[in-house]
Amino acid sequence: MIPGSFDYHRPDSVGAAVKLLVDFGDGARVIAGGHSLIPMMKLRMADLDHLIDLQGINDLKSITVSGANVTIGAMVTQHELIANEALFSMAPIVREAALQIADPQVRYVGTLGGNVANGDPGNDMPGLMQCLDASYTVVGPNGSRDIAARSFYEAAYFTERQDDEILTSISFKSKKGGYAYEKQKRKIGDYATAASAVLIEKDGGNCTAASIAMTNLSDTPVCPQEAAAALIGTALDEASISAAVTAAVNAIDPAEDNRGPVEFKKYVAGIMLRRAIERATARA
Amino acid sequence: MGKMHVKLTVNGKQVETLAEPRELLIHVLRENLNITGPHIGCETSHCGACTVDMGGKSVKSCTVFAAQANGADITTIEGLGTPDGLHVLQEMFKEHHGLQCGFCTPGMITRAYRLLQENPDPTEEEVRFGMAGNLCRCTGYQNIVKAIMAAAAEMNAVKEAAQ
Repeated sequence: MIPGSFDYHRPDSVGAAVKLLVDFGDGARVIAGGHSLIPMMKLRMADLDHLIDLQGINDLKSITVSGANVTIGAMVTQHELIANEALFSMAPIVREAALQIADPQVRYVGTLGGNVANGDPGNDMPGLMQCLDASYTVVGPNGSRDIAARSFYEAAYFTERQDDEILTSISFKSKKGGYAYEKQKRKIGDYATAASAVLIEKDGGNCTAASIAMTNLSDTPVCPQEAAAALIGTALDEASISAAVTAAVNAIDPAEDNRGPVEFKKYVAGIMLRRAIERATARA
Repeated sequence: MGKMHVKLTVNGKQVETLAEPRELLIHVLRENLNITGPHIGCETSHCGACTVDMGGKSVKSCTVFAAQANGADITTIEGLGTPDGLHVLQEMFKEHHGLQCGFCTPGMITRAYRLLQENPDPTEEEVRFGMAGNLCRCTGYQNIVKAIMAAAAEMNAVKEAAQ
């Protein structure tokens, strides 16, 4: 299980990394934690001539909280997301979701940037970032631009990021209210059979804001506005929750695989979403 | 690309070896440096038998390129204890029958070492959650958890006595 040969580069700035990507073109790829890319390279499903390791770029490793704004460098690991108290106070759903990713060893190494940039429908963070309405900053030869997480994903492994761009940070505004990340998986370390991220704000007994996203139930994350709309303005009663679940299940398009047939996945998706809404409501 | 110089600190000793960037850390440790404590189990980052401590983190050395590890400080099972002076985790695995065939044990103990550094007084549930990246096909985990809980208690008792 050894990949094909490549040249290894460890630049110390984003600018230097982008230059390497431009110089080497199609044969080059960046590596963050590597726990998606290295297995693909071992299977020779990813074949590259130049590996550009981002571990030497310290600018990509910090979590910054300023007022209501949270900015997380692309190389921040899942382990660091879990441990960071400032982040937890601003968006506790991030810790709850990160704890459900892979296993301890993988979380020490796996990064937020890698998780969101890879475009793997099985990854948990893309759906979560859509739920948080986060924005990604990518830097390329023509400078930097911001892309909304909700419009970043085009298809499995295809995103708005161009090949000569590097995703450098993830930003979102702090979320008040209740939250929950519910994930059904066959075993520790597995991707979700179905997972759901929910944020709910209440005023008195009424829902004033809601956000819902679903993971691994289409070839991109699904963030059904009609499902959130079914909750907003209601008392989060049984009928409203059922309407939201129905709307979300209608919005997904799961494929049959070794995690089960389509009908089963839709069923599990409904259960995960209902649990997440109920738990977020109880916390709001 | 040809071979590159890979400098590592392994169990406190500085070493340098030649490796292709594509070689995995587990292979460099075992084949170049003759550090055969970390085992190759699945080689797909599932089983945890290859776990080493790198820069204060438990990592699966089958999913790290030698080139990525260049400059890193690594501890393996060989660095935790010796046959004459077992680490308390090794002592407790022996005491509580935390192993049968022993294949997963170096990874288990190396991972448990970091877990107890971060959380010196874990609950049984925290031990199970913290050890979830290591598979054992013999014991059913019951005695592994017991051994780690006992090692934590022993390490804490020693610390208290020293104060």
